[in-house]
Amino acid sequence: MNVSTRHEITLTVNGKTETRTVESRTTAADFLRDDLRLTGTHLGCEHGVCGACTIIVGEASMRSCLMFAVQLDGTTITTVEGLAQNGKMTVLQESFREHHALQCGFCTAGFLTTATAFLKETPDPTADEVREALSGNICRCTGYIPIVEAVLDAARTIKAAKG
Amino acid sequence: MSSHKSHDIGAGTAPLIGRSLQRVEDARFVTGTGTFIDDMKVENMVHALVVRSPHAHARIGAIDTTELLAHPGIIDVFTTADIAEYAAEIPLRLAPLVGYERYLQRPFAVDKVLYVGDPVAVIVADSRYIAEDAQDLLMIDYEILPAVTDVHASAKNESILNEKAGTNVAFSYRVSEGDIEAAFAAADYTRKESFYCHRHSGVPLETRGMIASYDATATDHKLKVWGATKVPWFNRRALAKMLRMEEADIRFVETDVGGAFGIRGEFYPEDFLIPFATMRVKRPVKWIEDRREHLMAANHSREMECDLEIALSKDGDFLGLRGVFRADMGAYARTNGGVPPAKAAQFAPGPYRVGAVQMDVAGLMTNKTPIGTYRGPGRYEVNFFRERLLDLAAADLGISPVALRMKNLIPADMMPYTTGKLCPYEEPVQYDQGDYPGTLAKIAEAFDFDRMKAKVEACGQKNGKRQGVGLAVFVESGGAGPSETARIEVTPTGKIEVFTGVTAQGQGHETVLAQICSDGMGGVPFGDISIFHGDTDKLEWGFGTYHGRGVTVGGSAILLTARKLAAQLVAMAARRTNLGIEELELKDGAIRKKGAAPGEPPVMTLEALAASADDPAELKAVEKFAPANRTYTSGAHAAHVEVDVETGKVEVLRYLIVEDVGRCINPALVHGQAIGGAVQGIGATFLDELVYDAEGQLLTGSFADYLMATSNEFPEIEAITLETSLSTLNPLGAKGAGEGGIVGAGGALANAVSHALGPLGVNVTSLPLNPNNVLRMIRQATPRQAAE
Repeated sequence: MNVSTRHEITLTVNGKTETRTVESRTTAADFLRDDLRLTGTHLGCEHGVCGACTIIVGEASMRSCLMFAVQLDGTTITTVEGLAQNGKMTVLQESFREHHALQCGFCTAGFLTTATAFLKETPDPTADEVREALSGNICRCTGYIPIVEAVLDAARTIKAAKG
Repeated sequence: MSSHKSHDIGAGTAPLIGRSLQRVEDARFVTGTGTFIDDMKVENMVHALVVRSPHAHARIGAIDTTELLAHPGIIDVFTTADIAEYAAEIPLRLAPLVGYERYLQRPFAVDKVLYVGDPVAVIVADSRYIAEDAQDLLMIDYEILPAVTDVHASAKNESILNEKAGTNVAFSYRVSEGDIEAAFAAADYTRKESFYCHRHSGVPLETRGMIASYDATATDHKLKVWGATKVPWFNRRALAKMLRMEEADIRFVETDVGGAFGIRGEFYPEDFLIPFATMRVKRPVKWIEDRREHLMAANHSREMECDLEIALSKDGDFLGLRGVFRADMGAYARTNGGVPPAKAAQFAPGPYRVGAVQMDVAGLMTNKTPIGTYRGPGRYEVNFFRERLLDLAAADLGISPVALRMKNLIPADMMPYTTGKLCPYEEPVQYDQGDYPGTLAKIAEAFDFDRMKAKVEACGQKNGKRQGVGLAVFVESGGAGPSETARIEVTPTGKIEVFTGVTAQGQGHETVLAQICSDGMGGVPFGDISIFHGDTDKLEWGFGTYHGRGVTVGGSAILLTARKLAAQLVAMAARRTNLGIEELELKDGAIRKKGAAPGEPPVMTLEALAASADDPAELKAVEKFAPANRTYTSGAHAAHVEVDVETGKVEVLRYLIVEDVGRCINPALVHGQAIGGAVQGIGATFLDELVYDAEGQLLTGSFADYLMATSNEFPEIEAITLETSLSTLNPLGAKGAGEGGIVGAGGALANAVSHALGPLGVNVTSLPLNPNNVLRMIRQATPRQAAE
């Protein structure tokens, strides 16, 4: 298959169905950023280490720099732009603000998507579980401590709201 | 864990300085709506790729572009011959050390390449994918020359990097204060150690990038460059000179920036090449550095050796300190590359009263990526050297590490205090004021240092693990550089717009500068203030953000401007209302009668005042703040570690930072700087390292090789911010808060690991403390101790 062979793909992104034609070799990250202009998903290393490009595919967090756009065909994905609903931020997003869990903001999308998927799977995590879950994302500014606190606090808030 | 929650602005307003307001920046970042440079698209834009040398040292032969240009989608390629007309050297911005200027870098390598990553060509293509497909079609002949990869090989001058200079010794100088020979002659105790600090760098998560567009027919801003940061005005001046254009014809615009740490925003070769590319192809050109490129092209830092010798009296009085620094400068002189060695020497005495000081400093060129500044340049290095040596001396003399330091710290009543002229291009340092012994006392108490030290010593080795504690004490400068300018305007709707020359790379300047403006204007509502930064079109002259000057200098300019505008608006309102100036004040965002009861309607709203203006000049003010001298914070780091003697892995059980930063504008953000800086420094001490092989190939060209701290490694970090000694050098009393978290990390951890492994004979004199290195130290030390 030629790298520039084109394929039609259909997927649901942040609740909206999109049909596009992509080259075989276009990465999911480049597709989201360049074709759909969802530039909140960032590229920090393009080799799967830093986690800035993390998106939620189905219910799982995945690195969009290590996926091809064609692999998104038929999937339902959420990017950082799709976390807030009707202009209302999620508990986790609010918690990041309260805990000063971001400085430059470049890694933030990846942490939010990773932690969103994690909290769905592990609604009542320990601090060690949060640290482990986030250990595949690199932040150069905050030292991680406020990010871990923000995730733990969000878990408590979500749990309390559910009663 | 230490919690430091910020809060939303609620009821009640002024003063805002000193309050942990939530950042205004965060809303866009948590929703993915920030605008980083690669998020921008400009119509008709094409993409540039910088072709870099694969060799560390080689003569450039024939270049054949034929096949490359024939590839579909390739628009242009240019090499050194094409820029010859403009190929000026990139100027030094800081640290003009004599001799270093001979090694300035040009945008493309000329005749020879000098490091892996040295730019040799730029390809412009329809997409980055196509440029990468085709780049191997560019044929360049290289004649490989012997690579120089360390300072000792460099000093031999057997393989010369710069034949015109004729030597690899870029600079060499001595600075001294007092009679060093007499100090050492009078000493009861001396000790000399040879130290090495490893090569690493800031590695912001967003790589560098820019978009340039050119329109020769435009009446203003023929050349527009997005993606500037740190020092846009300086870089615009440098580019204008290199392209022989008027500064006014160039506009630099800052976007959101994903971290900088000193590395990002200096003038690099690409800062010429990409604007030049857009002028050649007559289409907007985007260049985004990839991670491999970043690790080989953006400034490296920290690598230096130091032979340091201390002279003490038998009571532990600090009589003398002399050192020989050999800094590995890489292949070229970069804009601020002289800073790390020069500052290491200047800060060698640190916060101590030292009878005499003498430092010999040499910068040696090697076939590696050039050196520039990284957060706390020279300080991280020299605090490691000096604080490690102090612990060795304390142990030799049987004095506690706290007591030896306390005895020699500069007392508060000796402030201001000069350490003398220890930097050839600067006036003598004058520490403004501070309670250095008080800072040490605070950390010793909060960490319970002496008791912890005795406790871990009594514990010995358990289950193959040994614990240790270590300290490092420092002074740190801020508020550097020339003046900063601010302009504040009232909009037609009565809102406040602030224009500053300060740039932002994640610190939260849009928030803290608005806090300062609000207080300076009698409590103008925080939500009514907008901060505009980093656009050379919005302010006649500014400078930028580095060396703890964002708040101290930029914030002070805003405070002065805010006060000036407030007075101007009161005078204007007095004219409109025929009331006396002395009867009126600007309070909570409106002109009010002094002493008016709460709830009483204002005399004039800002909107009404704006509507009444005859001349727009009435509604704006411009002011400069020029710092008379630098500010100095004082602080200390304390570490408690556990070392696994079988694996060499070090666990940080507790880490504490205390720093007296003067006035703290937003405590949550200052705390974030301390914790974030600490993890960067702790990570760097254990993990980060830029490694080269003997041929000068960079072995750490990806994040799989260049390791950094992640979330589960260093969770137990606390920071205490003191506001004991407000600066008298600026109207805010601020001293800068960006570097204190990182500068003591190497020293405190080297001391803690040495303390843990001391009984095995380990004395840490080189970094990083990765498991391989720690294990090697244990293995090399144990037999020697056993033989004793």
